[in-house]
Order: sequence, then structure tokens, then C-alpha cells
Amino acid sequence: MLRYIVRRVLGAIPVLFGLSVILFLFLRLLPGNPAVAILGQHATPQLVAQISSSLGLDKPLYVQYLQYIWQLLHGNFGASFVDGRTVASTFLVRFPATLELTTGAMIFAVGLGIPLGRLAARHPNGWIDGAVTALSLFGISIPIFVLGYTLVFIFGVELHWLPAVGQIDPRLNVNPVTNFSIIDAILSGNVNAVEDAVAHLILPSIALGSIPLAIVTRITRASVIDVSNEDYVRTARAKGLTEKRVDDRHIMRNAWLPVTTVIGLQVGSLLAGAVITETVFVWNGVGSWVVQAIENHDLIVVQSLIMIFAIIFLAVNLLVDIGYAFLNPRIRYS
Amino acid sequence: MTDTLLRVRHLRTYFWTLDGIVKAVDGVNMDIGTGRTLGVVGESGCGKSITALSIMRLIERPGKIVEGSVDLDRTDLLKLSESEMREIRGNAISMIFQEPMTSLNPVFTTGNQIAEAIRLHADIGAREAEDRAVEMLRKVGIPDPERRARQYPHEMSGGMRQRVMIAMALSTYPQLLIADEPTTALDVTIQAQILELMKELREERRMSIMLITHDLGVIAEMADDVVVMYSGKVVETGDVFTIFERPHHPYTQGLLGSLPRIGQRRGRLRVIEGVVPNPLNLPKGCLFARRCPCVMPICEQTPPPFQEVHPGQVSRCWLTPAGTTPAVGMTAPADVAEAEAARMTITADSGRQSATAAQMGEVGR
Repeated sequence: MLRYIVRRVLGAIPVLFGLSVILFLFLRLLPGNPAVAILGQHATPQLVAQISSSLGLDKPLYVQYLQYIWQLLHGNFGASFVDGRTVASTFLVRFPATLELTTGAMIFAVGLGIPLGRLAARHPNGWIDGAVTALSLFGISIPIFVLGYTLVFIFGVELHWLPAVGQIDPRLNVNPVTNFSIIDAILSGNVNAVEDAVAHLILPSIALGSIPLAIVTRITRASVIDVSNEDYVRTARAKGLTEKRVDDRHIMRNAWLPVTTVIGLQVGSLLAGAVITETVFVWNGVGSWVVQAIENHDLIVVQSLIMIFAIIFLAVNLLVDIGYAFLNPRIRYS
Repeated sequence: MTDTLLRVRHLRTYFWTLDGIVKAVDGVNMDIGTGRTLGVVGESGCGKSITALSIMRLIERPGKIVEGSVDLDRTDLLKLSESEMREIRGNAISMIFQEPMTSLNPVFTTGNQIAEAIRLHADIGAREAEDRAVEMLRKVGIPDPERRARQYPHEMSGGMRQRVMIAMALSTYPQLLIADEPTTALDVTIQAQILELMKELREERRMSIMLITHDLGVIAEMADDVVVMYSGKVVETGDVFTIFERPHHPYTQGLLGSLPRIGQRRGRLRVIEGVVPNPLNLPKGCLFARRCPCVMPICEQTPPPFQEVHPGQVSRCWLTPAGTTPAVGMTAPADVAEAEAARMTITADSGRQSATAAQMGEVGR
């Protein structure tokens, strides 16, 4: 098992290396000089040259790349052109919000998708299956920003059931300790604050989770139907097991396998979706930061954040694959 | 005479498909005596497996048992509630399947899967059940059973897995073991070992076996009684010696005639020409008529009766008992070839209805 994990970690290195090359070249090849972006249109050539040289932009590309990698290996993602703060420090402040949002979306998607998928699989092509299929199609076709603004309008503006934007009501004066709004609210000891933080999380989680929900539902349905036709399920019934036990133990343990993989892959779409969701719901997470950085031509921040997203994506999928190996003995030993 | 353990009467299991109703099992009767082995033979799709699954009440949609009774020790299984039936499944009646490679759950260890069956039907602890699972593995001849019990199915060969299936099926001491093509997926040497194992366990426990196969060699080796099925109906029953020595139904004769024989000169292998009738569009007379070398006008018109042709031998055919074997009650075993010759005579007598000789075809040398 340990060998499997080590092998998988080592396997991630070439991927990250390749990504760093592409990302680096892509951003350097973009038109426009970052120094000009920092200094503005009317900067003197001397000043531009000076800033360029201080940023290392006058050196040959391969030297720039090696320096970049060298810094990366030391955990140094650079600093923003705009506010001068290091990417790492801002990231630590903003990432908890994104993590909270993606976790909420994932709980929504998996917590609802798996029961729905199982329900649909129980009577394939029945009316429940049809309804679930329609819901999935809806979830996967509707863009996040449309769903997001619709939810805000209906539940936030018209019905006033849930807060429309933000992470927590600022009037509650919750002290940001961990930057996870729910954890901070719990730490403040104020029950209203906890409720408020959770309420703020609901709409964005639904907006962000709708696509993964649709996909998890469809995959669960297909997987459960698939496994239900396996010979070993018939064996389990022939033993005299109850339908529930056949379902929970013999079918689901196997049906989980493809679902697990898909959940891992959905983390990528969650990170991408967080960029939009955070903008719609005015969350100060990494997603809205990416949008700001792009607007400000903040090259280092964009580059670093894409790299960080990639690392997170790879790390989550590594964890998923390890979990998969635990679920599937056939992987464990090969 | 032995007692009857399982008595199946008028069993009908239909499948509602998009194209129409398929009568997969259409009025099947069979008896399995205590401690006896009933061989059920027939081509693919003749309803053998569906009969077995109907006995276990494991028919899934779109299939349904339409009528009949399945008496196990005078209890009609078809009248039991689902939870009462679960007490029977895997306990009084166990089943093993054709595909050992796919019949075990890949994500649980073999020991775990056997112990699950044991704990379900016996009130014992997890540890004890595991010990008993290891014992069962030892019993079915798996070397190093302690280690094997901790292994997953994919770590074992097909023969090993079928042994595990047998261990699992027998772990609850069933009265009846239904074995659906238990050796078909295995190679010949393993096949012999598995049959030997089943024989031993049968003797040891006086267990009854319903052995489903299309392999007449397996029947000859294992069965006491034989049921021959064709298109969802039983076409002939009798004890194994009668069926092999004096088959009455032309289909049974055809099956026996298609057995390759060692030592037979000029490698002629007989086949039964044609294919089974479309289950959605069955002929109105005898279902075998279109392939039958002895077909008579009545066969195309009226389904033949299921009648006793000799004591203990019942056949669904219009041919008279006297017709098949010219000397009625002849004690000397009638050779297949003799029976064949006799049949040819009858066909000629009955007016050369069809191109008889052509129907009983030959394949090249």
C-alpha cells in the first residue's frame, strides 16, 4: 500500500513539471509587459527597464524559468504586483472561504446525488428515474451564474429565506481566527453566528454543487444498475440475504468505485466553478481573487494560483485514488 | 423407493419482454428424492436455469412465476412470504452457479463471504463463523485454508473459486444443492475434481442435488434421475440408466446421438439439425416437431401427451412406447444405434412425412 502511495506521489511530479513549463511560457507569451501594467501607460522607459530588471524580466526565458522553479521549490510563490503581499500570505487568508464553499458544494452533491442515483436505479426507466434524469439534465445544463443569481433573487431577495451574499453578517462582529466562517462562528460561542454562517453557505453550495450533483447522480445510477446485474449479487440473494443487505453491502461497496473516481475529478470543476460562484455571492475566497488578479494583470498571482489549483487537484485525486485502493482490493495488490 | 424431498408441479415462469411473453418455464414437473441427484439436461435457453431460479424464487423482473407449486418437505415454497423464503435460501436449499469467476463478490475476502452465509442462518459469533468458514474451505480441498480465507476472489483460480462457492453453499448444511452448470466454465481436469468433491459431500451428508448441465457426460457420472427439457417443457424423465440405454423421445435420442465417442470408427458426429423454436412464436403442435427425424402429421397439429412409456420413464411424444423399442419390456440394454434403427423403421411406416434423413444431419469427418 505504501509503495502504491509513493508511486502515485512520484507520478504527480512530471505532471506538475509539465504544467509549470506550459503555464510559464503561456503567461510570458501574452502580449504586454508586466512592468507597464504595474507602472501604467505613461511610465518612462528607464523606469520600465528598471522594474523589468528587478522582476528579472530582462533575463533569458530559461533563466527566468529556472529562477521561478527554484523559488517554487522553496515554497515561494512570489508576491503580488498590486499590493506587494506574498501570494502565500493572501492565499492562507482567502483559501478557507473557498474550502468551505467547495466542501459545502461537495456535501450537497454527494449527499443528495448518491441517494438520488440509488433511487433512480431501483426502478430503471420508471417515473422516479425519469424525474431524477430530468433534474440531472437541468443541473448540468444550467450555468452557475444563472442558477446563482436565480437562487439569490428567489430565496435571498424575494422570499428573504436565506442571506443573498457574503459569508457572515458583519454586524455579528465575529473575530476571524481561522478564516473559516463557520469555525470562527463556533469559536465566538455565538449560536446565532453559527446559524448565520451556515445559512450563508447554503445558496452558494447549491449553485456550485449543481453540476457535480448531476454527475454524481448519473454515475451512481449507472453504477448501481451495472453492479445489480452482476453474478455475485445473485449469489448474495441466493444466500438468503435481505434486499437491504444485498443493496447496502454487496451492491453499494462495488458501486462506490466509479463514483469515487468521479467525485475526485469533480474537484477540478468545483475549483473552476468557485471562481464564478464566489463572484456571484461576493465571497472573499481564492476564486474571486483569481478574477481580481486577472483584471489587474497581476501575473505572478495568476500564475501561482493556477499552479496551486493544479496541486490541489492532483492532491485530491491522489487521496481519492488511495481511498479507491482501500475500497477495491484488486487495485491494492497489483 | 426413496422419499421425495422436492416436488415441482405445473411450474410456469414467464418473462414479459417488449416483444411479447416468453414462457421460459411452461408447466414443469419434477421430483428430487432425498439423497438423490437429479440431472436436468437441455440446450441453452430450454429453461433449466430459470426452473432452478424459480425454485429459489430468485426470478427478477420482467420475469414472474405464474403458477405451480414447489413443495420442499410438503411446504409449498411459492406460498411462503419473502422473509420465510429467505430462511430457505442458502439454508435448506443452496445454489452454486456456472461462473465461479464472477459469482463471488470481488471486494470481500472469501472467508468473509462464507462466514456471512453461516451467520445468516446460524446464531453464532463472528469469530466462530470465520473458523467454520476455514473448516469448510479445508473440507472442499483447498490447501492452506487459513490463508485462503483471507484472500480475495481475484487471487484464486477458477477451480478454487468454484470450491469456495461449494464451501459457501454447503456451509449451512442444505438438504438440497442446486448446481447450475457447476463445471462448465472449468477445464476438464478441474471439472473431474469438482464432480468428485460434490459426490463425496453428497454421500457424506445424504444431500439431494439438482444438477443442471448440458453435458451428458456429467449426467452419466453424477445423476440418479434425469429430466430432459426442451423449450421450457420437460420432454422426458426417467432414471439415468433408462435414459441412456433406452431413450424414448427423439430429442433425447438426438442428444445422446450427438455425443462424440472414443473408438467410434470414421469420426462421424451426429448433430440435431435446426435451432430451438423462437420462444415468442412457438409452434402449435410438438415443440420439437420441426427438428424431429420421426415427425408425423399429428406432431404438427396437436401437442403430444406426457405419458409413461415404461415404468418410471415418461416422455412427451406421439410415438408409442412399443414403437421405440420393438420388443416391449426388453431387459437387454438397447443400444442407441438400435433405437435409431428402430425409429427409422417407424418413420418409414408413418408415411415419410418429411425429409427425415436430411434432418438428422451429419457433419464432416
